[in-house]
Amino acid sequence: MTYEITIDGKNYKLDLSRIDERWECSLDGEPVQVDAVLARPNVMSVIIAGEAYEVKRERTATDTHLWVKSARFAVDVRDPRSLRSRRSKAGGVEGPQKLLAPMPGKIVRIVAPVGKEVNAGEGVLVIEAMKMQNELKSPKQGVVKQVLVTEGTSVTSGDVLAIVE
Amino acid sequence: MFKKVLIANRGEIAVRVIRACREMGIRSVAVYSDVDRASLHVRKADEAYHIGPATASESYLNIGKILGVAKVSGAEAIHPGYGFLSENALFAQACADAGVKFIGPPPSAMQMMGSKTRARQRMEAAGVPFVPGSLRGLEFEQTREVAEKIGYPVMLKAAAGGGGKGMRLVRDPKDLKSAFEAARSEAQRSFGDSEVYIEKYIENPRHIEVQVLADEHGNCVYMGERECSVQRRHQKVLEESPSPIVTPEMRAKMGAIAVQAAKACGYTNAGTIEFIADQQRNFYFLEMNTRLQVEHPVTELVTGHDLVHLQFRIASGERLPFTQDDIRLRGHAIECRIYAEDPDNNYFPSPGKITLLLAPSGPGIRRDSGMYEGWNVPIDYDPLLAKLIGYGATREEAISRLQRALYEYFVGGIKTNISLFRRILAHPDFRAGKLDTGFLDRMLADPQTNNVEDERHDDKVRVAAIAAGLFAVLEPTVASGNGAVTGVAKEQSKWKQAGRAEALRSL
Repeated sequence: MTYEITIDGKNYKLDLSRIDERWECSLDGEPVQVDAVLARPNVMSVIIAGEAYEVKRERTATDTHLWVKSARFAVDVRDPRSLRSRRSKAGGVEGPQKLLAPMPGKIVRIVAPVGKEVNAGEGVLVIEAMKMQNELKSPKQGVVKQVLVTEGTSVTSGDVLAIVE
Repeated sequence: MFKKVLIANRGEIAVRVIRACREMGIRSVAVYSDVDRASLHVRKADEAYHIGPATASESYLNIGKILGVAKVSGAEAIHPGYGFLSENALFAQACADAGVKFIGPPPSAMQMMGSKTRARQRMEAAGVPFVPGSLRGLEFEQTREVAEKIGYPVMLKAAAGGGGKGMRLVRDPKDLKSAFEAARSEAQRSFGDSEVYIEKYIENPRHIEVQVLADEHGNCVYMGERECSVQRRHQKVLEESPSPIVTPEMRAKMGAIAVQAAKACGYTNAGTIEFIADQQRNFYFLEMNTRLQVEHPVTELVTGHDLVHLQFRIASGERLPFTQDDIRLRGHAIECRIYAEDPDNNYFPSPGKITLLLAPSGPGIRRDSGMYEGWNVPIDYDPLLAKLIGYGATREEAISRLQRALYEYFVGGIKTNISLFRRILAHPDFRAGKLDTGFLDRMLADPQTNNVEDERHDDKVRVAAIAAGLFAVLEPTVASGNGAVTGVAKEQSKWKQAGRAEALRSL
C-alpha cells in the first residue's frame, strides 16, 4: 500500500507491505525495518531499526494527532487510490473569519459588539471555564459582523461565536 | 474511631480521603453535583448523595445540603478536603451545632487565622517573626521614616488589598512620594479604602511552609517543611520536601515557631504555617492555612506518616501517636500539580473528555488522581486533575524518577501541563535548588528553555509518518481525518491483532 502522509504541513510518501510477521516499509524511498503491534486502541508499539517507540493517537472531529515521546504531530493520511480529495484546511485571513470556541465554557462578556471595528489580536469575547476567564481575540483586522452568542451562553469546543469581516 | 465519614469535596482530594477511610475501616459518604455523577470520588465511595447543580454555591458550598446528607446518611464526621468549605468557620460551627465532628481546627482558630490583623496581633504576641514594616496604614511622613529605618527596597501595600492591587515597589527614596500617592489612589479605587502600609521588600523570596499537627490534649509537632516557590500567577505548581535551602538548624527554628503559632491560636488537627524566606535564610510569617493542603503528599513521603489517618485520629479524640523526637525526615519528595490547561496556548483551561489515559507507576512514584479514561472534565471547577509525586533517597533520585514518570504519563483528549514539568525538572536552576517565587516566570519567558524536548526531532517525525500509515492499515475505519483509506482491513487477521495486543499487555 502506498500512502501520502502530511505531518505538520509537510508531505511524505510511505510504502507499506506485510511479509509474514514483519512490515516492509519505505519512507520517501528509503527502506526501513518495522515491527508494530496495536497495544490497545490508539496506542501502538513500534520498533524501527531496533529503536522502540510507543505512539499514541488522538482524534478530534476534524484532526488527528500522533504523539511520539513528548512530541505532538498533526497528521493526515491519504490513499492515492482513493478518489476522495483531501479537504482543504487552509484558511487565509481574506474574507470573513469565524471566531471559534477553543474549549467548552460560558460566555461572560461581549467586548466587541456587532459593528465594532477591531484589530487583529484585539478582544472580542470573554469565555470562562474552570474558574478562569480568557479573552478570545479577533483573528484579523475588520468589523464584527455577527455575534452568535449572548452573555451567559454555554458553548462547546469548536462552536462559532462571532464573525469578523 | 468514627464509623462513617462524609467527604464534603470532589476530585482527587475526595478520592484521597475515601482511600484513607477504607484503610481505617470507616464507611465513606460522597456528595456530588449534577456534573459529577460519574466522577471517581462517587464511584469509589461506599455511599453517595446528590446535592444539587454544578454551581458550587448550590452544591459543594451549600452548608445546609451537606449537613442534610450527614443527617440522612448518619455520618458522624465531615472531612472538608481543601478549598470549598475547608476554611469556613461558619461551616465548622454549623457542624458542631449539628453534632457532627468537623475534621479540622476549631472555628475560633479558623476565625483568628482568617483575619489578617487579628492573626498578626496574636502571632506577634507569641514572638512569631514578621516582615519588618508598619502594622497599619500611615501618612506619608511616617511611611518615609519607617522606610529609612527598615531600609530600601520597600513595598507599599493596600491595607484592604489583595491580588496585587494598590501595591508599589520602591527601590529609591526619591520615588517614595509618587509611589505612595499612586498606591493610595489605586487602593481607594479598588477597595474604597485608601489606607496603605509599608513592608520591607524581600528580594528573590522563597515560599517555605511548615506542616503542623496538634491533638486535642495540648500536644503539637511539626512535620518538616515544604518548598513551594515554583509558582505561576501566585499559584503553586510544584512543591518539594525538604526545601533545598533549609538546614537542620533553620528547620528546628522554623518548626519551633510554627508550633508556637499553632498553640497561640488554640489550633488542633493538621495545619500549615506559611513563611516567606530570603536567600540568606531569614524567614518571616505570612499566614496559616487551616486545612489539609494540596501538597500534603510530599510530607507524607518524607515523614512516613499518613496525614489523613492522623486527622481522623485527632478528630476522634486520640492523642498524637508520636512526639517531636520520633519524627525523622528521610529522602526527598517532589509533587507536580497536573492541570487541565494548555501550556502552549497561554494556559487556557482545557475541559472535555479524556479519550486516552496512560498512567505512570513504578519505583518511587505516587499518583493522587480524580480522573479516568472516558471521564468528562467539567468546566465548572478548578483544573487540578491529579498530582504526580516522585520520591527518592536523594533529591536527584526524586527528580529522575519524576521525569521518567512524566514521560510515561499521557492524557489524551484534553490538554494538560505535563510538558511544563519536564521543562521545570530539566532546568539547571531547578536542579541546583536555586529557587524563588519568580523562577517559573523567568523560565517561561526564556525561549532557550522551550526547546528541551526538541532533541532528535527528525527521528520523531519519521516515526510519526510510519505510525500514521500503520494505524491506517491496522485500524482502517478510524485511520485519519479524511477517511480515505479503504480496502486494506484484511491485511492482518483481527484474531492475530488481538493475540499480539494481549501478549504485549501481559508483559
